[in-house]
Amino acid sequence: MNLSPEPLVFELSRPGLVGCSLPGSDVPPAELPKNLVRANLDLPELDELTVVRHFTRLSQKNYSIDTHFYPLGSCTMKYNPKANEAAAAEPGWKHIHPLAGDSETQGALELLYKLQESLAEIGGFDSVSLQPAAGAHGELAGVLMIRDCLKARGEGQRKKMLIPDSAHGTNPASCTMAGFSTQTIPSGKDGNIDIKALEAALDDSVAGIMITNPNTLGLFERNITKIAAMVHQAGGLVYGDGANMNALTGVFQPGKSGIDVMHFNLHKTFSTPHGGGGPGAGMVAAVKELAPFLPGPLARRRAGKYELAMPEKSIGRLKAFYGNFGVLVRAYCYVRMQGAEGLRRIAENSVLNANYLRARLEKTYKLKYTRPCMHEFVAMGDVAPGIRTLDIAKRLIDYGFHPPTIYFPLIVPEALMIEPTETESKKTLDGFVDAMLSIAAEAKTAPELLHAAPTTTPVGRLDEVAAARSPVLCFRG
Amino acid sequence: MPFIPNAESDREEMLQAIGKRSVEELFSDVPARRRFPKLKLPRALSEQEVLREIGAMAAKNRGADKVSWFLGAGIYNHFIPALVPALASRGEFLTAYTPYQPEVSQGTLQAIFEYQSMAARLFGVSVVNASHYDGATALAEAALMAWKLDEGRDKILLPEDLHPEYKAVLETYFSSFDVEIAGYRGAPEDAGVDGRCACLVAGYPCFSGELHGLGRAAERAHAAGALFIVHADPLMCALLESPGAQGADIVVAEGQSLGNPMNFGGPGLGMMGATEKLMRRMPGRIVGEARDHDGRRGFVLTLTAREQHIRREKAVSNICSNQGLVMLQSCIYMAALGAGGMRQVASLCYDKAHYAASLIDGLEGFRVRNRSFFKEFLVSTPVPAQTIVDKLARRKIMPGLALSRYDSAREKELLVCVTELNGKAEIDHLVAALKEAAL
Amino acid sequence: MSVDAKARYAQSHEYARQEGDLVVVGISDHAQDELGDIVFVELKEAGKKLEKGQVFGTIESVKAASDLYMPLSGSIAEVNAGLQADPALVNREPYSGGWMIKIKPDAVKDLEALLDAKAYASLVGEE
Repeated sequence: MNLSPEPLVFELSRPGLVGCSLPGSDVPPAELPKNLVRANLDLPELDELTVVRHFTRLSQKNYSIDTHFYPLGSCTMKYNPKANEAAAAEPGWKHIHPLAGDSETQGALELLYKLQESLAEIGGFDSVSLQPAAGAHGELAGVLMIRDCLKARGEGQRKKMLIPDSAHGTNPASCTMAGFSTQTIPSGKDGNIDIKALEAALDDSVAGIMITNPNTLGLFERNITKIAAMVHQAGGLVYGDGANMNALTGVFQPGKSGIDVMHFNLHKTFSTPHGGGGPGAGMVAAVKELAPFLPGPLARRRAGKYELAMPEKSIGRLKAFYGNFGVLVRAYCYVRMQGAEGLRRIAENSVLNANYLRARLEKTYKLKYTRPCMHEFVAMGDVAPGIRTLDIAKRLIDYGFHPPTIYFPLIVPEALMIEPTETESKKTLDGFVDAMLSIAAEAKTAPELLHAAPTTTPVGRLDEVAAARSPVLCFRG
Repeated sequence: MPFIPNAESDREEMLQAIGKRSVEELFSDVPARRRFPKLKLPRALSEQEVLREIGAMAAKNRGADKVSWFLGAGIYNHFIPALVPALASRGEFLTAYTPYQPEVSQGTLQAIFEYQSMAARLFGVSVVNASHYDGATALAEAALMAWKLDEGRDKILLPEDLHPEYKAVLETYFSSFDVEIAGYRGAPEDAGVDGRCACLVAGYPCFSGELHGLGRAAERAHAAGALFIVHADPLMCALLESPGAQGADIVVAEGQSLGNPMNFGGPGLGMMGATEKLMRRMPGRIVGEARDHDGRRGFVLTLTAREQHIRREKAVSNICSNQGLVMLQSCIYMAALGAGGMRQVASLCYDKAHYAASLIDGLEGFRVRNRSFFKEFLVSTPVPAQTIVDKLARRKIMPGLALSRYDSAREKELLVCVTELNGKAEIDHLVAALKEAAL
Repeated sequence: MSVDAKARYAQSHEYARQEGDLVVVGISDHAQDELGDIVFVELKEAGKKLEKGQVFGTIESVKAASDLYMPLSGSIAEVNAGLQADPALVNREPYSGGWMIKIKPDAVKDLEALLDAKAYASLVGEE
């Protein structure tokens, strides 16, 4: 880690410098619209090497998968193969335009088509749209499709969406954007959906249920086929949140088990880089009845040529053009390198790694749910009086590990949500366990080390309260 | 097996620690009938095989690397300095997550803060968020934000001269709400904004490239109690007065043109900025400055109570990511070009586009329709524009967008874009080819 | 956690305390403690007429956000402008400097429909 303070680009600015050599003009100058000429542009002015050093130094202030074990629960921080990057960097992708016409972009349409087909097979669905730009975007697509499908059935009055308390955080906001109200369904003692509570909630106002499976406790929804049947029986539809699909590739096809529409996060399961926040890709898949409602356009093959077409009753466009294409190339590269056997191997090893960590940590970090987990599990960080999960997380940084997801899911107090992924070795996992056990010991003998952590980083814990009370959101020099 | 680091012996030891005999046992919760389906997928490829296959697919496309390029319409062919991808693709940026743990994410956080600061100055606004999926969704979310400020207002006023795909996205985003999406022709100041309008939207420039001043429109929107939302070309803002200085409350833009490849239209960069008054109403991530206990400056995600994970069903938006890498590329681009470079690139676009327009307007049967424009302009053509596009494709020229793609009634309209990448000789060649194609 | 004996309370943790013709409204000590460090309070303007149960503002901490509900019907006579500059007043002195709005109630006797201090204390487990 680079510990030296790095000035802002504005503080490095020297008047008159430009960090890129630009050409002069080879045409006569044209007159600007007089009333609109901009007098003042207060942007930094830097030379090229200063720009290079600045951003290189900034990069060194990050933990990343390439540099550190990063066991963030429900985020699937697996290795992002360099082959994906090479595939996406082909000039034949970078220089093509979305409106150039199908005849000019046959290669791109072929890739979209083949990726649609592969993902549909992996999920057991009829059809796939690659348009959504992120998981939450795919989720929005899914609930809009449910809305329109119910309308088409003459059941437009169904406005209530059921959401288990172990679901992902974006579900309620997505429902609001689709005009649905939400009702929370509690988990039972085993960490799965409470069937009795579900039964009680199923009336003729129910539009459907949104199921994250495995859920955010890392547990497989054992009654998945039964739950889907109950909701269908009551006239509702079943949405699957595929954020945790890394546990299930080649293991379980949701589309063949009662899930009607589902999104996958290509930036999780299919190894595209998270990029410090994005871009992701949140493809959405549907069974036959819902396929005509998919957002479009989709790629299809006609008479040996590829073309774009809007599904018949599409909910419409969710973004301009065809999805985050650059991300889709990476996901295609990954799927192609894995094949059916590789995909199953991903799920098996991610689940094995998670269970191994769970087994080694459970005596020290208590679990609320003790069943074998899938790709992740949720422990509790209150290992000593006065010690909170936040302290454990911050101390882990000093040991050179990125902390797990903390305080989520909300149904486990002091939650530490740990997802190792399949790409970590036993040796790395053992190192992480040693650190966790050592921190638990420190919590009892030297708690001040935890409270003061982290101390090995460019800054210590930051005052988020002051930052939110008097926000400084731009450089004000 | 690719990307699995454990050997069989490691797996044995791990299973022993867990107390299971086989990995399959770990999946006993999965319904037995559904467990381990046989997926029908093509056989796995090695790295060299997959790169060959994908390279062959990519080679089937014809893009600006092979063809003289004058097509824009929302995605633009600009020069990208080599340092931009070189820095943004560093693994420490590429493979980090959302900066939830600020102490180990200062690189990403400071870069976002710098992007916010530079974009805010470019747009003339107080606050810019960490980005949306693309320009179209940024516009839709801005309109949603305006509507949610006062749900008593039930109308959104859009220019008819708006990118058709942007309008389609906005319609999808509003499809669950009882809000009228109305259109206006001509200048935004003549839009007829009234007390029912949550917002007046203007293009700067419009889809056709037409450029209108914004000041009077802002006054009229504000007099009617509506917000004034401007969709801007970010590069143009380096040369012409910013939307914020002309009274815009919210500025949105597609930021692809700032250092990102065309990439078949994605990923893009949805830029969004607003006045200070609207700061706590904005969707999306925002980074702010903070101090640690020793007084050292750092950066954190802030004002998070606006967001979906806290406000749940009452959140302004369900967005929970940003276009991190694309934003980073634009951040590096703005820093590298700086005030002088951005102005110069914008100026080159402006001069070259006007040079091309004056020549095309002089061709028999062709007429440039704009009174004022930046780098893109609309041309009436003597024969169907798509015919011209098809003819010029054979000569390795992409002359622009035939508007019949979106509206069959606009058969003889061609939207032409010229950037700093188009040399004079190339423009002259285009003009000559257009002339021949019309014969 | 303290409970103001002179105030009445809504289930949603707003207190309402009569002062002359007006009723002073804020959130209880228990509520501010649950929310944590308050970073922002947004209130509807004075003059606005609202029914009991309607939202008169929102309150935000770093980790939470909550709507504020009218404990009784009436119009907003005054809002506490001091919370703009110093939202932490809600944490430090919820019943005095951290008040939020003063309501001109439609009927003062609507106060009786709210919990008294003792009932509220037992609701939040503070005997």
